[in-house]
Amino acid sequence: MRDNSEKTYVEDVDRSIYDIRNDEKDAYRIKQGLTPAIVQEISEKKHDPAWMANFRLESLQIYNEMKVPEWGPSIEGLNIDQIATYVKPNTRMSAKWSDVPEDIKDTFEKLGIPKAERESLAGVGAQYDSELVYHNVKEEVAAQGVVYTDMESALTGEYEDIVRKHFMKLVTPRDHKFAALHGAVWSGGSFVYVPAGVSVTIPLQSYFRLNAAGAGQFEHTLIIVEEGAYLHFIEGCSAPKYNVANLHAGCVELYVGKNAKLRYSTIENWSKNMYNLNTKRAKVEEGGTIEWVSGSFGSHVSYLYPMSILNGKGARAEFTGITFAGGGQNLDTGTKVVHNAPETSSYINTKSISKDGGISTFRSSVVVTPKAKKSKSAVSCQSLMLDDRSRSDTIPAMDIRTQDADIGHEAKIGRISDDAVFYLMSRGISEEDARAMIVSGFADNVSKELPLEYAVEMNNLIRLEMKGSIG
Amino acid sequence: MSEQLLQVKQLSARVEDTSILHGIDLNINEGETHVLMGPNGAGKSTLGYTLMGSPRYEVTGGEVLFKGKDLLAESADQRAKDGLFLSFQSPLEVPGISLRNFIRTSVEQRTGSRIKLWTFKKELEKAMEVLQMDPSYGDRDLNVGFSGGEKKKAEILQLLMLKPSLAILDETDSGLDVDAVRMVSKGVEEYQKDKKGALLIITHSTRILESLHVDQTHVMVAGKIVASGDASLVDEINEHGFERFL
Repeated sequence: MRDNSEKTYVEDVDRSIYDIRNDEKDAYRIKQGLTPAIVQEISEKKHDPAWMANFRLESLQIYNEMKVPEWGPSIEGLNIDQIATYVKPNTRMSAKWSDVPEDIKDTFEKLGIPKAERESLAGVGAQYDSELVYHNVKEEVAAQGVVYTDMESALTGEYEDIVRKHFMKLVTPRDHKFAALHGAVWSGGSFVYVPAGVSVTIPLQSYFRLNAAGAGQFEHTLIIVEEGAYLHFIEGCSAPKYNVANLHAGCVELYVGKNAKLRYSTIENWSKNMYNLNTKRAKVEEGGTIEWVSGSFGSHVSYLYPMSILNGKGARAEFTGITFAGGGQNLDTGTKVVHNAPETSSYINTKSISKDGGISTFRSSVVVTPKAKKSKSAVSCQSLMLDDRSRSDTIPAMDIRTQDADIGHEAKIGRISDDAVFYLMSRGISEEDARAMIVSGFADNVSKELPLEYAVEMNNLIRLEMKGSIG
Repeated sequence: MSEQLLQVKQLSARVEDTSILHGIDLNINEGETHVLMGPNGAGKSTLGYTLMGSPRYEVTGGEVLFKGKDLLAESADQRAKDGLFLSFQSPLEVPGISLRNFIRTSVEQRTGSRIKLWTFKKELEKAMEVLQMDPSYGDRDLNVGFSGGEKKKAEILQLLMLKPSLAILDETDSGLDVDAVRMVSKGVEEYQKDKKGALLIITHSTRILESLHVDQTHVMVAGKIVASGDASLVDEINEHGFERFL
């Protein structure tokens, strides 16, 4: 009895779910590499307005001028000349799953997206390679004036002005080389607009799936939450494993209005051939709140530091993150906060786990400008290394330019305790389960912040990662 | 006569390069209560941890049969499943696992079958009542932030829930105030009487023994058992200390 149920539990998280590879039946796959001609071709395929076409070319120029960052994990294995930056699936976006081609629909079914949509979401977007294949929002949510659509529809339709006003204004192409790359070849992503005073009580979710080998995914997510409004947005990502490099350089821009609140949850499970060079940023006005919940499990190399700009009095940022680096992974994650108004506060709480020679680096930056009188910031990061071959580093930076700020920082790096494993074993729990329990327990306060099905997924991922980790 | 439960024959063990146990012989029958006393550093705790299978201690000689099986060949979790229990002197703190879920997982592992939530809840509440533990402790992370007394109560709670055939209590009474010792020994008494469980009580003091029936007492000095006797040996040590055995 017990053995069976235990087995089922483990098999539920068989990695093959993520590793399903579909045959590539793309309608269009752009030549590898990056040239003005390729960028122009993307513009044409996507029917960009003229300003966007220009924006792409300017971004390309900036990309060519900028240097590859030298302060983080090596990205030498990534050669942009071998990356196809645009792969259009052979379908149009639909609001009905039945219109989505069978193999693509099947992939999303296995990832549990339509089921989650039926049970616990107010709207879903599903991107496959470079374009959205599905987008739908519940009628009652749309009736409140909430807009949830793909970026292309927003850009070429009635929201063009709003897009133009906000697109890559928080994260400009000059931010870093891969932001410039994003500006040049971005495709897909979601646009969300929540009008003032509207509270979207059930979450919206976009899922990004990269199926094509040797391709890049560059989705752009733009969310505007107006005064006094509330939204919980969930982002999920995964890809099957290939033996060529894939690239993800998405961009997320979040505008949180006065007294508004946005919760942005991510569980990222890219395959281990992925370079994840993603940029996320939120600007928060007076009394507003941004809450980031970020789980990083996949990718070969990650650079990921969601940033909160607290721009109005009393604005608040919370960042809860977990990073799990296994063999062959070098995950450089963390967060940045700029306190740029009085009485702003930020709470950063991260956990990182490394095993099998994986490298996990926590990097944070807290900047308190002279305007940010009486601001508060508390940073806590804890790392757990599961063996002697793994590495964990903590690089916190603080730049405080006002006298009366209340700033705290706490870092703890530890190993899994043999005594604790023995303690659990002395109660009848196997060594493997004991280790998994300790690791899940370590991650517990983060998984509590995740939506239920993602918390389950995270625990399953931990169990999966811990399977056979003894020896 | 009761059945033989534990037979320790000429057991020797070391930690790193230091030999600690030098040929221990000990027999415990089903349902019997044995007390192991001795001065600090005699190796009493080492015996407990070695029997439970701690990787810190290396067995260098001898054998141990538990219910007729070769105990030393088994991993710690298998020993627990066979019915051996060790109450830790310093229970470990494990964040993120609630005491309740931990006990439930352990019970299911020990018995090899699922336990109904309701049945488990009732039983846990009952056991907590015996120990006068606040039920809210069930929701707290395992031993995290527990006082010394609360940790020991939580150990005895696990003892009551897991119902082993033999429980080794390692200094369960040390560092506790009078009330806590009373609660803990009430729990142990319950295990002894209602569950007919056998005990190996490692202790410095005799407070925990006051309300318990004792079958045999052993004195350990420098890694050897130097004297064994009935309960009256406890009284003698109480009065004269260990000097006669040194």
